[in-house]
Amino acid sequence: MSTLGETTRKPQGSGSLPLVRPQLPGWAPLLVAAESLAVALLLIVFLGWGPGLSGAVGLLFYLAVMPVWSSAVEGGRKAKDRLATSLMWSAFGLAMLPLLSLVWQVLSEGLPVISAEFLTYNMRNVVGEGGGIYHAIIGTFIITGWATVISVPVGILAGIYLVEYGDGNRLARVVTFLVDVMTGIPSIVAGLFAYALFVIFFGPGVRMGFGGSVALSVLMIPIVVRATEEMLKLVPNELREASYALGVPKWRTITKVVLPTSMAGIITGVMLAVARVAGETAPLLIIAGDTDSDNFNAFAERMSTLPVFIYYSYTQPGVPPEFGQARAWGAALVLISIVMLFNLVARALSKYFSPKLGR
Amino acid sequence: MARRRGDVVFRGIARAAATLIVLTLAGVAIFLTLEGMPALTASAAQLGQDNIVLYVWPLLFGTILAAVIALIVAAPLSIGLALVISHYAPRRAARPIGYAIDLLAAVPSVVYGLWGIQFFGPRLVPAYEWLEEHLGFLPFFEGPASSTGRTILTASLVLAIMALPIITAICREIFAQTPRLEQEAALALGATRWEMIRMTVFPYSRSGIVSATMLGLGRALGETMAVAMVLSATGVVSFNLISSVNPSTIAANVALKFPEASGVQVNILIFSGLVLFLVTFLVNFVGRWIGARGHVKGAR
Repeated sequence: MSTLGETTRKPQGSGSLPLVRPQLPGWAPLLVAAESLAVALLLIVFLGWGPGLSGAVGLLFYLAVMPVWSSAVEGGRKAKDRLATSLMWSAFGLAMLPLLSLVWQVLSEGLPVISAEFLTYNMRNVVGEGGGIYHAIIGTFIITGWATVISVPVGILAGIYLVEYGDGNRLARVVTFLVDVMTGIPSIVAGLFAYALFVIFFGPGVRMGFGGSVALSVLMIPIVVRATEEMLKLVPNELREASYALGVPKWRTITKVVLPTSMAGIITGVMLAVARVAGETAPLLIIAGDTDSDNFNAFAERMSTLPVFIYYSYTQPGVPPEFGQARAWGAALVLISIVMLFNLVARALSKYFSPKLGR
Repeated sequence: MARRRGDVVFRGIARAAATLIVLTLAGVAIFLTLEGMPALTASAAQLGQDNIVLYVWPLLFGTILAAVIALIVAAPLSIGLALVISHYAPRRAARPIGYAIDLLAAVPSVVYGLWGIQFFGPRLVPAYEWLEEHLGFLPFFEGPASSTGRTILTASLVLAIMALPIITAICREIFAQTPRLEQEAALALGATRWEMIRMTVFPYSRSGIVSATMLGLGRALGETMAVAMVLSATGVVSFNLISSVNPSTIAANVALKFPEASGVQVNILIFSGLVLFLVTFLVNFVGRWIGARGHVKGAR
């Protein structure tokens, strides 16, 4: 092997056609990146430009210098490749900036507000400092809970119908299409729908927590259906056939064999759906409204929720405004924590219990 | 084959659940129409305009303007981001990056609104002043630049950040499905990585990218809270992106006015909601249609 390698590596011809093109060394991008950083810093130090503007100039400097240097040494095609690579990574950086800034902002503004009082008091008769978000937290849990109670059975059963019974008949095709449409319904339209529905029974100006649950389930059902459908399709047909061969009726096969096999995935989907709707503001603003007091009854009166609380405490903070706005950030931190917790638990579940696939 | 009673019952229940979905969507259309109808005969005094079309049109204009600008920003970024995850980042880094993007999708919209109004908007003011000074001859940057940063351009940028994870998630899946052999063949012929992506990944996923963008557009059209909080709206029709006089959007207008609305005002807002529903329905429908057409071609 080694002799073969040596013979091929030796230049055989006249030597006018080199076998390797000259290449920039591996540290070239790092060097140019360091130069760009230096340019940005110089702009900040000597010309007094803002960090955003100098950062942008530094990035442009990198995007310009790297391809020029590369095309001088490596040729045009390679230079285009390097330009594309740098553009991709800049897109990545640009997309990460808001995420980092948002997380930082919520943590730095929200953490000082969090206290035992903030989590256990409501806003009744609070003017200025003090008060808390207890009423909003329970409101969020009650409304999201009722939404889950409505959407999970409907969503899972509809998913079962599509996979196990649908078999491409007309109802199944229509439902598949409508589920697609439902995933695209703007949340505020769901809220208006709930209002338009409840107004018929309860008269104009109706506000109740359960209406919010109905609106949220319009948004939640399609996610649950999709998750169920995908999980049921993963269940191997052999399992079903084995069960039929033992003389088990189809409905027992579904409830005792198919569903348990795919339960982890379905629970993951449900939790992601819960996390998604727990942060919805617009429908609750319309049908659940806002209040300063505790309300444990979803079927009467206005009910406060975390997102609506955030909205009102920031846009109508009262005088002086600092305290209301601080409470908004505190509530934002609590809301994000709840949503993230659901997300993380869902992902952990799917990681530990999902059927092992090829990759 | 004789049907067992349990089977009949269970099948019936599943069928009922599926039918309920059809009824719900029909309900959305029917109830919105029922409650929106009185708006058609609302008097000029109640509307603040001569008729309902003049009332809805500026809102529709603002909705589409904000969503389209958001897409112009978000679509290229998402494609780049999706390529980083599927082709550029090392395997081990790609997973955490994907998670980070999913986190971006999980942040509630009201928190984006909070961030946009207090942090992002004010930070953009110097940029708007610069745009007014240097590009003021373009109608978009005519100014006078807003001093709070609560402009339609800020709202669009926040919408872009919100649409980003959705478009990225779909693009990333499609990019990852590009036939491995085609990519390796391109590389074996001496293509650079960018040439490989241009010759194999993009042609394969073109319809998927368009479909993903349409779905992102549908999302941006219906997004409410971020716009309602960030935008200081006056309800004009204007292409001036950086001034303090901005068009409003349908969703934001409903969110801002509904809590205090009564009587026929409510019907007017519901009617505008119906218009929004139809527009997003259309956009989503076209998006899905393009996506489905692409799949058939890809399956061959």
